[in-house]
Amino acid sequence: MLALSGVDIDVAPDEFVTLVGPSGCGKSTLLKLFGGLIQPSEGTLAFDGRPLERPSRSIGMVFQRPVLLPWRSVLDNILFPVEMLGWRIGDYLEEAKRLIALVGLAGFERARPDELSGGMQQRVSICRALVYDPKILLMDEPFAALDAMTREEFGVELLDIWTRRRKTIVFVTHSIPEAVLLADRVAVMTPRPGRIVREIAVRLPRPRSLAMEFTPEFKEHVETIRALIHGGLGGRP
Amino acid sequence: MSVLARMRAAMREYAGAALILVGLLVAWQLVCDLAGVPVWLLPTPLRIVAETWKLRAVLPEHVLATLWAVLGGFFLALASGVPLAVAVVYSRLLRRVLYPPLLMLQSVPKVAIAPLLLIWVGYGLSSRMIVAATVAFFPILINTATGLEAADAELLDLTRSFDAGRLKVFWKVRLPWALPYLFSSLKVAITLAVIGAVVAEFVGADKGLGYLILTSAGNMQTALMFGALVLLSLLGMVSFYAVVSVEKLLCPWYLPAGEEKGAR
Repeated sequence: MLALSGVDIDVAPDEFVTLVGPSGCGKSTLLKLFGGLIQPSEGTLAFDGRPLERPSRSIGMVFQRPVLLPWRSVLDNILFPVEMLGWRIGDYLEEAKRLIALVGLAGFERARPDELSGGMQQRVSICRALVYDPKILLMDEPFAALDAMTREEFGVELLDIWTRRRKTIVFVTHSIPEAVLLADRVAVMTPRPGRIVREIAVRLPRPRSLAMEFTPEFKEHVETIRALIHGGLGGRP
Repeated sequence: MSVLARMRAAMREYAGAALILVGLLVAWQLVCDLAGVPVWLLPTPLRIVAETWKLRAVLPEHVLATLWAVLGGFFLALASGVPLAVAVVYSRLLRRVLYPPLLMLQSVPKVAIAPLLLIWVGYGLSSRMIVAATVAFFPILINTATGLEAADAELLDLTRSFDAGRLKVFWKVRLPWALPYLFSSLKVAITLAVIGAVVAEFVGADKGLGYLILTSAGNMQTALMFGALVLLSLLGMVSFYAVVSVEKLLCPWYLPAGEEKGAR
């Protein structure tokens, strides 16, 4: 059985693309392909014009769960990529501390993951993906484990980080409003087999804010996507 | 928390258990005294203490002999179990080659092969260490292998994108991840090492607490037998809690069920 079929997508440098679709539409599989973690049975992937055959240090990843190292402090968890890459820790210490402050974890540098809430742990994992400054960030429902309020706050926080340090982000979600609020472009996916039914350019000004969710343009985007996902029924079935 | 407050808290926690223990000892003493139970059948607690105290000059030697056998066996099991676990986790070939004979060894009762080991290695301390090690070894191998394979799959995916070598992933991710698994097996292993040491002393030794139990049984010195048993269980408890303390030191992020997280 095919998880994905006939998927064709280009992501431009510094673009923010969200993949949205129901469970089982292959969004996570597509993201794993982008990360070079798995290989396609057919077709090719290219990154900077070269074929992508294995994980690359230019591609950072954030998962649904924080997947931190439970024995390491917040600071050491964030510096983990630097250590594994064999770079000098000292060169990245300042950067790590800046990121910790940016996500509101100042004062928790020495805390261990089990002393933090789920939301705080996820912030640590986002810092870990940012610290070594990969060109591309792949995020697989990174806010899924958070409650609705923290989730919206995080979205805005992520956009803030993305504006300050330009990079390409591919962001998987099953929340349509989240997909619209964050993206330059939303790729709408449907299951069996997983494919991209349409790509929608989001015409909302930047910087985005939560208040935009009440504008007609925002609602129009959400309705269009909802209709695509529910098979052209228009709105909720 | 101040030392005094901590002591008071500990006293409150253990007061019940201590009371029950003292109550049982008193009841034991009274029943034996009043019913006139013969001393070779069931000596009173006071008699046990008195008889054991008479041997105070030679007891340390016996206790130390057993302690060395236990510790030697334990560390031998640790030093062989962990590398073997690494071998079977990293090499499918070694797993195929090593597991069957190891399983065979495990399914043979160690009491049954102890005499054989004594013939091969001789009657010294080293043979007792080896017997203790064979008993303690298996859980360490199994648990460590499980722990080394238990590292989070997504975390391993992540390390792949950092181009890190396998050795680095082993030291920085897999091994620390396996530590709690290792320690839960070490707690089993240390008590098994005590069993192994005593078995070896039963089969052939000229000192040790197992030897003391065997000879006092032969002479119908039941009180001394009890004394040796108490010392043996004390030795087992102390070594068990030594392992627990090292675990707390090395795996502070991992607290066994029932331990309060805030109490640090």
